Amino acid sequence: MKSFWSITLATLTKDIRLEWRSKDALNAMLFFSLLVVVIFVFSFDPLAEESRHIVGGLVWVAFLFAAVVALNQTWARELRNQVLDAYRVSPASANALFLAKVLGNFIFVSLLEALMTPLFIIFYNLRALGPAWQLIPIGLLGTWALVVNGTFFAAMSLRTRSRELMLPLLLFPVSIPAVLGMVAGTTSILTGENPAHFWIVLLLTYDVVFTTACLGLFETVLQAE
Amino acid sequence: MTNPSIAPIGAPIVVIVITGLIKQFGRFAALRGLSAEFDAGKFHVILGDNGAGKTTLLRALAGLAQPTRGTVSILGMDPQEACREIGYMAHPSLLYDEMSGMENLRYFARLYDIVGDERCEQVIRAVRLDPELARPVGQYSQGMRQRMSLARAILHDPKILLLDEPFSNVDVHSAREMVALLKAMRDAGKTIFVVTHQAALLEGVADEFVWMQAGQIVERTAGLASNSTRAGER
Repeated sequence: MKSFWSITLATLTKDIRLEWRSKDALNAMLFFSLLVVVIFVFSFDPLAEESRHIVGGLVWVAFLFAAVVALNQTWARELRNQVLDAYRVSPASANALFLAKVLGNFIFVSLLEALMTPLFIIFYNLRALGPAWQLIPIGLLGTWALVVNGTFFAAMSLRTRSRELMLPLLLFPVSIPAVLGMVAGTTSILTGENPAHFWIVLLLTYDVVFTTACLGLFETVLQAE
Repeated sequence: MTNPSIAPIGAPIVVIVITGLIKQFGRFAALRGLSAEFDAGKFHVILGDNGAGKTTLLRALAGLAQPTRGTVSILGMDPQEACREIGYMAHPSLLYDEMSGMENLRYFARLYDIVGDERCEQVIRAVRLDPELARPVGQYSQGMRQRMSLARAILHDPKILLLDEPFSNVDVHSAREMVALLKAMRDAGKTIFVVTHQAALLEGVADEFVWMQAGQIVERTAGLASNSTRAGER
């Protein structure tokens, strides 16, 4: 068990180091999200009240699409020089690799969200009418839902010819319940009309179910030829 | 397979047993019912034309290619169970281009529960590279990359080494140094498999030349010269 966490930490550190040096995923995600914010600002000019109803959807759709960029990069760097084979021939646990990748993506996407959220607040003149602190569990659980499935499906589509197209095709349908929870939960808090507890519980359940399923299946995906 | 515990004194110990190995990729059969046994502590050189199945055989031994049919037994285990005893060097480097050699080895050492830098420095020096070299592997010459790749393969001190084209794009001097290192490892009891098109480099060092054709082993000889029909390989 000690070895499992040690390998997870080593892989996570390695991924952060590689991303820090190349900035492939972060630059692409930031640029993409910034474009989405600017395009939406010019497309709509909502009143503050209208913003509260639509921004939940805009924010999460922007983060979902931006996350796909990072998710594709995650495994792409393991394919260069076939480095993944070095992991596959080692005694290291497949799930240690998966967990490290999920944690890495969680950190990258959370960083993106932390940088972009203030821009959404400024551009859409947002102020939450409900308990704003509940945006934190919704943000964390929603981000985990995106990256856990995204990391899994990115690994699944790794050996397909058009993997960058395959990932959204696999990920988006499976993510519908989570996206619904994120958008409805965020809107509930911003408008203050309904409590967001149901959506938080939904996201928590979704995360537990899909994290367990992905951990259970990842070894098969990793060893697939 | 000869069980090491009951093998007669002096009898060679068989470490790898391949039985009826078939590997298909779609409709193409890369390995076609290959059966063989390989002794411990020997230097085996696998030769053959492109597409003969050499790399597929090595990948099957490393546990990277699952047999379509047949079995591979390494030290009496499945290749994936025996992974701690196998060192694998592929044609690509299996290294992260953005990290230095030492950073790469430190990471791979963690996968084998090797703690500290001592072993990493030792294997980097063994392949005649400098552990202090801060340059990322992506900026190494092809020869340096090959040597670092060999260092990664021997990092966990495996009993069996599977090396795919270790001398490609390596200058003659460096290749001879690599051969000398492999010879020393064989003399220390390691079992070594090398897939190469530069068999002449290994003449006088290798114990056996294994000739493959169309997914099968067609001949096993003690020296290159003993096979006059394939002298062109040299």
